[in-house]
Amino acid sequence: MTKDAFRGATGGRIDRSRPVTFTFNGRTYRGYQGDTLASALLANGVHLVGRSFKYHRPRGILSAGSEESNALIQLERGNRTEPNLRATQIEIHEGLAASSQNAWPSVETDVGSINNVLSKVFVAGFYYKTFMHPQSFWMKVYEPVIRRAAGLGKAPAEPDPDFYDKMHVHSDVLIVGSGPAGLMAALAAARTGARVILADEQNEFGGSLLGTREMIDGRPAADWVAAAVEELRAFPEVRLLPRTTVTGYYDHNYLILAERRTDHLPRGSAPKISRQRLWKVRAKQVVLATGSHERPLVFADNDRPGIMLAGAVRTYVNRFAALPGRRAVVLTNNDSAYAAALDMNDAGIEIAAIVDLRGHAGGPLAAEAKRRGFRVLTNTAITATHGSKRVTGVDVMMMNGPGEDVIGAPTRIDCDLVAMSGGWNPAVHLFSQSTGKLRYDDELSCFVPGVSVQAERSAGSCKGTFDLPACLAEGAATGAQAALAAGHGDGVAPAVPAATSVAPQPLRPLWIVPTTTPVGHGKAKHFVDFQNDVSAADVLLASREGYQSVEHLKRYTTTGMGTDQGKTSNVNALAILAKSLASPIPQVGTTTFRPPYTPTTYGVLAGRDVGELADAARVTPMHSWHVAHGAAFEDVGQWKRPWYFPKGDAQGTEDMHAAVRRECRAVRNGVGVLDASTLGKIDIQGPDAAQLLNRVYTNAFLKLDIGKCRYGVMCKEDGMVMDDGVTTRLGPNHFLMTTTTGNAAKVLEWLEDYIQTEWPDLRVFLTSVTEHWATASIAGPKAREVVAELAPDLDLSPEAFPYMSYREAVVAGVPARIFRISFTGELSYEINVPAQHGLHLWENIMRAGEKHGITPYGTETMHVLRAEKGYIIVGQETDATVTPQDLGMGWVVSKQKADFIGKRSYTRKDTARSDRKQLVGLLTDDPNEVLPEGTQLTAIADGHAPVPMLGHVTSSYFSDTLGRSIALALVSDGFNRMGQTIFAPLGGGKTVSCAVTKPVFYDPEGVRLHG
Amino acid sequence: MAKYSIFSLLRNAASHHQNWDRAWRDNRPKPDGYDVVIIGGGGHGLATAYYLAKEHGITNVAVIERSWLGGGNTGRNTTIIRSNYLWDESAALYEKSLQLYEGLSQELNYNIMFSQRGVLNLAHNLGDVREGMRRVNALRLNGVDSEWMTAEQVKEFCPIINISKDVRYPIMGGTLQRRAGTARHDAVAWGFARAASARGVDIIQNCEVTGIRRENGKVVGVDTSMGFVKAGKVGIVAAGHSSVVAGMADLRLPVESHPLQALVSEPVKPVIDCVVMSNTVHVYVSQSDKGELVMGAGIDAYTGYGQRGSFHVIEHQMGALLELFPIFSRLRMLRQWAGIVDVCPDASPIISKTPVDNLFINCGWGTGGFKATPGSGFVFAHTIARGEPHALNAPFGLERFNTGHLIDEHGAAAVAH
Ligand SMILES: Cc1cc2nc3c(=O)[nH]c(=O)nc-3n(C[C@H](O)[C@H](O)[C@H](O)COP(=O)(O)OP(=O)(O)OC[C@H]3O[C@@H](n4cnc5c(N)ncnc54)[C@H](O)[C@@H]3O)c2cc1C
Repeated sequence: MTKDAFRGATGGRIDRSRPVTFTFNGRTYRGYQGDTLASALLANGVHLVGRSFKYHRPRGILSAGSEESNALIQLERGNRTEPNLRATQIEIHEGLAASSQNAWPSVETDVGSINNVLSKVFVAGFYYKTFMHPQSFWMKVYEPVIRRAAGLGKAPAEPDPDFYDKMHVHSDVLIVGSGPAGLMAALAAARTGARVILADEQNEFGGSLLGTREMIDGRPAADWVAAAVEELRAFPEVRLLPRTTVTGYYDHNYLILAERRTDHLPRGSAPKISRQRLWKVRAKQVVLATGSHERPLVFADNDRPGIMLAGAVRTYVNRFAALPGRRAVVLTNNDSAYAAALDMNDAGIEIAAIVDLRGHAGGPLAAEAKRRGFRVLTNTAITATHGSKRVTGVDVMMMNGPGEDVIGAPTRIDCDLVAMSGGWNPAVHLFSQSTGKLRYDDELSCFVPGVSVQAERSAGSCKGTFDLPACLAEGAATGAQAALAAGHGDGVAPAVPAATSVAPQPLRPLWIVPTTTPVGHGKAKHFVDFQNDVSAADVLLASREGYQSVEHLKRYTTTGMGTDQGKTSNVNALAILAKSLASPIPQVGTTTFRPPYTPTTYGVLAGRDVGELADAARVTPMHSWHVAHGAAFEDVGQWKRPWYFPKGDAQGTEDMHAAVRRECRAVRNGVGVLDASTLGKIDIQGPDAAQLLNRVYTNAFLKLDIGKCRYGVMCKEDGMVMDDGVTTRLGPNHFLMTTTTGNAAKVLEWLEDYIQTEWPDLRVFLTSVTEHWATASIAGPKAREVVAELAPDLDLSPEAFPYMSYREAVVAGVPARIFRISFTGELSYEINVPAQHGLHLWENIMRAGEKHGITPYGTETMHVLRAEKGYIIVGQETDATVTPQDLGMGWVVSKQKADFIGKRSYTRKDTARSDRKQLVGLLTDDPNEVLPEGTQLTAIADGHAPVPMLGHVTSSYFSDTLGRSIALALVSDGFNRMGQTIFAPLGGGKTVSCAVTKPVFYDPEGVRLHG
Repeated sequence: MAKYSIFSLLRNAASHHQNWDRAWRDNRPKPDGYDVVIIGGGGHGLATAYYLAKEHGITNVAVIERSWLGGGNTGRNTTIIRSNYLWDESAALYEKSLQLYEGLSQELNYNIMFSQRGVLNLAHNLGDVREGMRRVNALRLNGVDSEWMTAEQVKEFCPIINISKDVRYPIMGGTLQRRAGTARHDAVAWGFARAASARGVDIIQNCEVTGIRRENGKVVGVDTSMGFVKAGKVGIVAAGHSSVVAGMADLRLPVESHPLQALVSEPVKPVIDCVVMSNTVHVYVSQSDKGELVMGAGIDAYTGYGQRGSFHVIEHQMGALLELFPIFSRLRMLRQWAGIVDVCPDASPIISKTPVDNLFINCGWGTGGFKATPGSGFVFAHTIARGEPHALNAPFGLERFNTGHLIDEHGAAAVAH
């Protein structure tokens, strides 16, 4: 194990009493509780952690936070492996196993770095210009190579062993970020009694204060943070969410938070809680205190391991006591890097030079640097960097006045660390997601929040306020105002603790640091987007070729499209573009900030809606009986319906065909029973109930007698069948509508839509009662005997209880609704009982029917029986292009009614055609040939594509009743083709000929039905 | 226009890439106007301009785009290209487009990275199976490649898919179109822009059309943020904003504009080598050349022009995704966005003359028009040049909403993307 030789002897927020061992690329290292993987690696002197996307250049650690674009890690192995994690955010724990990615065979010697040699050719968008010949090579050669080279880490190969969950909460004030501004805002809001949520993506609260050595109220800022958190914790209405990233800001102050609950714990040791949790927060007010990201400087070969953001270096030495180097060169265009240099120096890092792009380094920080004897070079650029897997030195040169060129000869300065600062970008991502408008601040050279759209306020450096006392004051004011706006407190900001202010000197926006050759001419690369290997030359090339919209630039060069979404690169890229166009930066504008702020685990987005909870499974009250009796099930919408009931014995189990033949025989000759509970049932009440039905069904409903049932077809405005079912009048203003199983919800919504938007004058109310009733349909010549035994008080004579009528009675001891309707063509009773009696009813039916050989049947048998009768199934015989007339059901379309939905369409030219596709029966010449459903039909037996098609087979079965196959089909001009022979080309050279018939194959007079 | 090739790349590398031409000329409107003005610089508008120049010799053409080229749905879509449509009319139109795609990189001299890695449409219930069989049979007779796959064959074709019976909606099989696949969306827009520009078409960006001027029932030009532009003929190709633009000529369209969302994961090494679509659990996914998993689902239910979707739509499709691919659970969503899609009641496009003389419209592609880009441009150019539709788009006229001759790909459809 390597000792952490680059660790300061004291200081830092690590727990030195809790050493942690972990592995990186197979080697074991030591770190401490409180380290991130990045800080622990740096403390061990490891800088080379990854390879870039395109050129496979060696890369180190750039930042200390979620903006990291280089140090991407594959964590763990097996079913818990995870690609592309940022080393700067991984909290280490005992046994953690991390490795580099996108390098082969290893990060040290990566074959892919050959691309770097070819980088002169592999410029922005090169792939649009080549790989076109020969045509077949794209799929066979070029693309496979590109795909293999691309991608970063590897996806797991096994399912995720962890689970995820979600919380829905309302809050008065949601505060994002817990730096000085966020904490102060939280205190201000919490003290009013408001319901406050404080979320921060880091493991501890404190934000930027954790990485600096500021004093607040005369004591170290960390102490103030601890006291603030303690105070917040005591409020019952405050919810503190560390390790929680606010990932998305949606309309109506709806925000999405992703909390990491177990990732910081050793794998397997975690308690059995969800790994991550998605918080869905509806906040009355939002305070954004999301801080800022330091900008890299764009200079020659600015990507070598050991070249880091100055603020990050400062964080590593202060927060983790990790020393990213022994001898540093600082490159800056602003004052903040001086503060970093002073802290680095205090931690024991030698400051070889401060290279300042500005002509003058004034102010107290620079004065202190000079007092310490640092070599401060103004108006100077770094023109080259040395070293390959670690920076070993830099060349510096004076610049000319405008900073466009360098003068004189380079001086080399040896170092093992370069700390750079190009200024700071406020983290305006969430503000921008909230659809707020950004404004470019010329003085600060950055985008800041402009006009707000939602109930949100920004505070602190995310608003361009970089001074500590000002951040605290802004936080206090914003927190109090947000609370007031949410109905709490008086809006007066609480007292703000004391801190010192350092008035910064102006920054020099020099977007490209010049070198000895023009950008893109020499070997050196000025990187803008490290992860995607986009250089300043690429940006300029794109601009030259006309990709000048910032969106074109992004897409053509891929800048800002990496896993960091351009947090460190976007502003540099668009500033260089603006410069090339000689346009002001605000005119070029930014690309859209899209959610999520940082990548969010799919698992947590899905939450518990996976596996058997992926979608609700609906079962009927009789389900347990079906399971116990070996039913095979079919998914119909969300419902589990018995498909058939195979009989089994020692010899084996029936197949579906045998079971269905047996079930059909039972219904045609004896009695069968079907669980029909899943059919949609809508209770319709109100003085205008009949009127509603009359408008939505094609046939008449006003005069339906109480106690009578009527079959109806419902069409869309275009006249095409949408649903069908039987509706029964239960009282003068009371109907029960049934719908198909799959369409129940859709029909209800459709009716509601009409009632609420088109016919608000109708006094009618709809209630879904599908699940309130259990339904058993008893069908067959012996059905009456079975029902008679169950309902001894009910007169079942055809005169007293005819077909298409309804009675209420006590059945098997429970109150029931009985409908004499039939979908099989047999005498049939549909018995409805309150759902809780469903199983009781079913068991009693089975008992009463036993002597008649009652047979439970499933949907497949139902389909066969109804097809023998030519009854349609919506969605099978129809597909939204079929009218009732096409189905031979012109009788169901009223000629008298003034209007109903769809009526107008029947006079349209095409809809009124007499040769549309129409429902017919098909009898294959070979009675044993069962056509596959979905077979297309043709007028000629053979032909070359395209072969004109007449239509297709919608339903097809072997009918036990008829002893032969039958099919239903939609066929062009079908009504006029009765008796004709048409063809079913099945593919593979086989064509079946068949005769067109009427679609009713059994008992066309309906004798049995009325029996 | 200098030709793109490996040789031109090498040559330019030697001169530090300083000498590349602009991909397309960036024009301001000509004072004398144009024979044809195309409103909307998406893929369809640009393709139309290209084929007007190439097939019909009409080069005095301007494409007017209110923002940046390809910034509408062209640059936001999930790039699935297939032609396995049910109805004859659709199959013919989309197949023409697929065939044009097959040689498009070479034709445009711009690599649009058309990758024919195959599209699987999954079946999860008996209705899906019936529908899939019907489609496969119809396509076979229409001469479009398509095959039925059992669940095991699906697994063989896409090894990471979960065909276990122990999931909520087990996979019962699916259809496969091997010639289908994906392409690079931006490249399609840019390639057409470059090729059209090379043939003399003016490309006018950041210019919004604000009015359509007519005299005696005839179009004479368009008002824009850069002033009036005279035009002999005008073609509207404005996708999600079709109703708005058509409204400028007092036309009402049977079109609703809805948000449609998409998202990508962080890039990972190749794990899935085809496109998988499921209508029943409702998600579709492919992997880009860069390694990102690209996915989407259905439209947001409400109408609107804000290019932002609702979060629950994302949550729902993630559940569906993990049903099909449980190994994706620990991967992460990198970026999510939305476009505004123009949906017709029958989920088929409108490529048509209009009641206004010399005004033409191409819209209604809804969730699935990227695949049609070259075909749509080809037939729309014909319609504008000849004043009469091409045989392939004759069935897709506006009049079908009067006659009732709809081409309903909804009712019968798998996912309409
Ligand atoms: C998330 C998503 C996923 C999709 N996935 C797929 C898929 O996988 N496969 C597929 O085939 N299709 C898909 N689509 C659909 C496909 O993107 C579109 O059908 C197709 O790109 C439309 O192209 P277009 O050129 O007609 O429209 P657009 O690219 O939208 O172009 C229209 C242009 O008109 C411009 N415009 C509008 N108004 C004006 C005005 N007044 N003046 C000037 N210009 C104006 C707009 O700015 C825009 O650039 C998807 C769409 C989305 C949103």
